[in-house]
Amino acid sequence: MTEWILFIVLTAVAVGSALMMVLNRNPVHAALWLVLTFLAVAVFFLVLGAQFLFAAQIIIYTGAIMVLFLFVVMLLNLEREREPIVTGGQRAAAVALAFALLAVLVIAIAARTSFPTMAMVPGGITLTDLGVALFDEWLLPFELASILLLVAMIGAIALARRRT
Amino acid sequence: MEYLIMTIKAVVVFAVVAGSMPFIVWAERKVMADAQARIGPNRVGPYGILQSFADALKLMFKEDVTPRQVDKPIYFLAPVLAMIPALTAFAVVPYGSPEVTVYGVPIFYVTDPKQVGVLWVFAVTTLSVYGVVLAGWASNNKWSLLGALRSAAQMISYEVALGLAILGVVLGSGSLSLIDIVEKQAVPRAFGIPGIWLFAQPVAFLLFFTASLAETNRTPFDLPEAESELVAGFHTEYSSFKFAMFFMAEYINVLTVSAVVATLFLGGWLGPGVGQFPLLGVVYFALKTAALIYLIMWLRATLPRFRYDQLMRFAWKVLLPLGLANVFITALWVGLRGGT
Repeated sequence: MTEWILFIVLTAVAVGSALMMVLNRNPVHAALWLVLTFLAVAVFFLVLGAQFLFAAQIIIYTGAIMVLFLFVVMLLNLEREREPIVTGGQRAAAVALAFALLAVLVIAIAARTSFPTMAMVPGGITLTDLGVALFDEWLLPFELASILLLVAMIGAIALARRRT
Repeated sequence: MEYLIMTIKAVVVFAVVAGSMPFIVWAERKVMADAQARIGPNRVGPYGILQSFADALKLMFKEDVTPRQVDKPIYFLAPVLAMIPALTAFAVVPYGSPEVTVYGVPIFYVTDPKQVGVLWVFAVTTLSVYGVVLAGWASNNKWSLLGALRSAAQMISYEVALGLAILGVVLGSGSLSLIDIVEKQAVPRAFGIPGIWLFAQPVAFLLFFTASLAETNRTPFDLPEAESELVAGFHTEYSSFKFAMFFMAEYINVLTVSAVVATLFLGGWLGPGVGQFPLLGVVYFALKTAALIYLIMWLRATLPRFRYDQLMRFAWKVLLPLGLANVFITALWVGLRGGT
């Protein structure tokens, strides 16, 4: 019962703040709503027994990425977003594509999950489990992902420096 | 029942932390006065010890000016966001020996999440930037905004060094739990050197302490509120009690940083005689924390402020390579020894 109440409250906060983020015209306010979404997702991880992911979500998404977002928004001093010029055709296409994406997500993910409301492993996933999974079973994909990130970083710096 | 006990402990810790704040402010004014051959506050109470209470009352009764051009919701939210992270970090810090129990309940730590532990301290530190950044932006004032921008860039840069410094200790301890990290320091090393991480991880200590000072915007890293160039930086447009909240947040941060450094590097509650008298642990913890608070005040009285380019260069070209090297060497050492 408790976990159902938690689940409903967290879902309401996560979805509600995500909607506010999309609908808000002020870029800084939108960024803050996104921070709230990330925090709600972090608590989801905690409820589901993924304690390390909870900490990582806060540190990386709310603590680093969103602060950089805010930094850029403030540095460029973005004003309220102006009404974008869209034709009726574009709008219809966007709606159709959005629903297509939703359908794919529902079929690929929602239909296959059991929607757990609490940890599936008693006591949750420990750091040791996570470490073994990342550095034993999934070592190659893990290292490839880090190389990909490194390449992206070096690429961004190389592109930015070319002009000078 | 378990939640009730945790709530009581949390309330007590909150009260003690918030209650010690006026005395830390008073102590800083006395230490600064001493360093500058002045007398410092000496009118309110013996040695001026009640000065902070007088100041707090004065601030409460001052007019709370809200400039017309501010972004109201965020302008009001920012001081609160500045205070919360510093207080919540104490949730995982053991402030006495966990052996002391009342009716079978350990009373000297609020909670000890083994899988999160020190990561929680790191997480709330990363969140502390929001108060400053949002205050600067919501004020709609160029000096405030400059302070906020500086703060955002500074915190992002020094977080990296902070995380790498924590990694050194975590690798050596083999646990994220702050209680485990302290207990690991109880075992003396070769030649009778105490087992505290200050001696085994000196680089991590320096990195962590320096980066923490930067995260809390203390001198020599107080660029977000540099009064000689930015009026008062991010809190220029704040008055009355909202200003007092930023002020309190700064001093609670000083206390939090000192308590965390004392736990991670100075052995927390450990000290001679704690084995026989576990209650002594609180005293040792308080003394270590107080010594670090004094060190932070001393640094403020001694060091000039960094220039902005120096600040950034120092973070990325000195602290980051040092941190990476420290993690690499520690990992090698732990690996060669075959575990912690």
